[in-house]
Amino acid sequence: MTSQRLMAMGLRFYVVVFFAYLFLPLLVMAAATFNDSRFPTVTPWDGTTLRWFGELAADGAMWQALINSAMVAVGVLLLAVPIGIATALFLNTVQSRAKPFLYALILSPLLTPGVIIGISTLIFWRQWGVGGGILLTVVGQATFIAAYVMLMVTARLQRFDRTMELAALDLGANQWQMFRRILLPYLRPAILSAAVIAFLQSFENYNTTLFVVGYDTTLTVYIASKVRTGLTPAVNALGLILILVTVLLAAIYELKRRREAARLVKGV
Amino acid sequence: MVRQLAARFGGPLSAAILALLGIWLILMVTLPQLQMIDYSLRPNLLPDQRGGPEDGWTLANYATLFANDIHRAIFFKTLWSSVLVTLLTLAVSYPLAWYLAKVATPRQAALCILLLIIPFWINEILRTYSWFIILAFRGPLNELLLMLGLIDRPIRFLSGDGGVMVGMVYAYILFMVFPLYNAIESLDDNQVRAARDLGAGTLRTHRRIVIPHAKPGIATGCIMTFMLAAGSYAVPALLGSPGSRWFTQIIYNWFFEGGNWNQGAAYAFLLLVLCIGFMSLVMKVFRVGLGDIAK
Repeated sequence: MTSQRLMAMGLRFYVVVFFAYLFLPLLVMAAATFNDSRFPTVTPWDGTTLRWFGELAADGAMWQALINSAMVAVGVLLLAVPIGIATALFLNTVQSRAKPFLYALILSPLLTPGVIIGISTLIFWRQWGVGGGILLTVVGQATFIAAYVMLMVTARLQRFDRTMELAALDLGANQWQMFRRILLPYLRPAILSAAVIAFLQSFENYNTTLFVVGYDTTLTVYIASKVRTGLTPAVNALGLILILVTVLLAAIYELKRRREAARLVKGV
Repeated sequence: MVRQLAARFGGPLSAAILALLGIWLILMVTLPQLQMIDYSLRPNLLPDQRGGPEDGWTLANYATLFANDIHRAIFFKTLWSSVLVTLLTLAVSYPLAWYLAKVATPRQAALCILLLIIPFWINEILRTYSWFIILAFRGPLNELLLMLGLIDRPIRFLSGDGGVMVGMVYAYILFMVFPLYNAIESLDDNQVRAARDLGAGTLRTHRRIVIPHAKPGIATGCIMTFMLAAGSYAVPALLGSPGSRWFTQIIYNWFFEGGNWNQGAAYAFLLLVLCIGFMSLVMKVFRVGLGDIAK
């Protein structure tokens, strides 16, 4: 019994260490933002300052990268969300011997390294005269983000009660009205969640983007290039802001998801 | 397939669904991959030489890897390091997944999962960058070790593969924790209790009951982690040095410094083959299918 209690205590200790390992690096990075040192570090502490936020705000290239990132993310939403929904509807409707093969093809972008998706997109569009840039970044990112959207929409679609659909048709709705008034409203929460995830995935993407972005720069590519050349704590200021925005978005998303789950349990 | 779709959604909507699916699977997934393979099998020619007598399929671009000692060494180093990253990540994640699934109370587990999700949402570049600060020559880790008297002079963590691997374990750990947690969570508590009652110790319970049950989760976590590690550009670029290059960096150089896309395509395809090979091996060893992975 004592050995088991020892094991349990060890496990608890491990969990605490694990979460420290998960969060300490982020705290160190955040703290370095406020250090009045030319290089991003926390040792030695040269005094507390807010000047790196000012430097960041004055950085024109950063603002351009932010605008590019936003444009790419919107483009990815417009492309990946409809594809993901259509694929989920397709898989939910069709029964065929070709389905396992199609399913493997549909999942393949999730199991392919991001750099390969970037490279193949870059090579494919060259023959049509489309080079690296914002447009190609949208196409490259949407290739795998559509699969995430598909998974999230499919998860909700599997719980859909198809008698609702039949009832609508019996009551005289045509198929478009049924889709518009019954299926789409039912899928709305999943589509919204998928849109949030797709937006974040696009915003954060580096490996695929690197190959298809050309001479344009997204915010993530900009941060990486700053780390390697011309590193100042202004990068930390940007990182801190991004982390706070991300955590806020994550919290809203998680709260919404839980409310949704609670409603499902109650059967409302 | 078309008839089933049309019966449910009618003509126009079915056409839209098929069009979107076709654009994605054909123009974005399949053709670019095939084109990449085609590129990798052709020599690097000037535009006016294309279609000429020298333009034909050849394996020369693949032979380059085996003729170049440095590239070959980096290829195998990427393979072994990614396997090591995968095993380390599995070892670090397993106790936590077990705690979340079977030891913690529901409230504790919910809190922990929320805490796990937060860093997961944060940019991979930023998570890697935070290790760049920690591992720096005059960074907090060296200062701490000096203060504790464990070392006499600072260590250059950022000049070998060690820093890269630490960064990778950190960056991809949650791709391991969540599949493991999902798999262990579905294990019936009674099985664990029965094993204990029959006299099995902790290790034996895990080896004989928990791990066999968690196989699909272990397989999924390992496949994802390996793929992310072998295909990572960000972590070695930020935490590595010229002496610890990753295979993705060689590929990048063929495209944007060497200007030889055909050669780059061949290397990229080899990386893809490596990932597919690892995935097939894991799926075979753990006897799981693609359906188990997509959960």
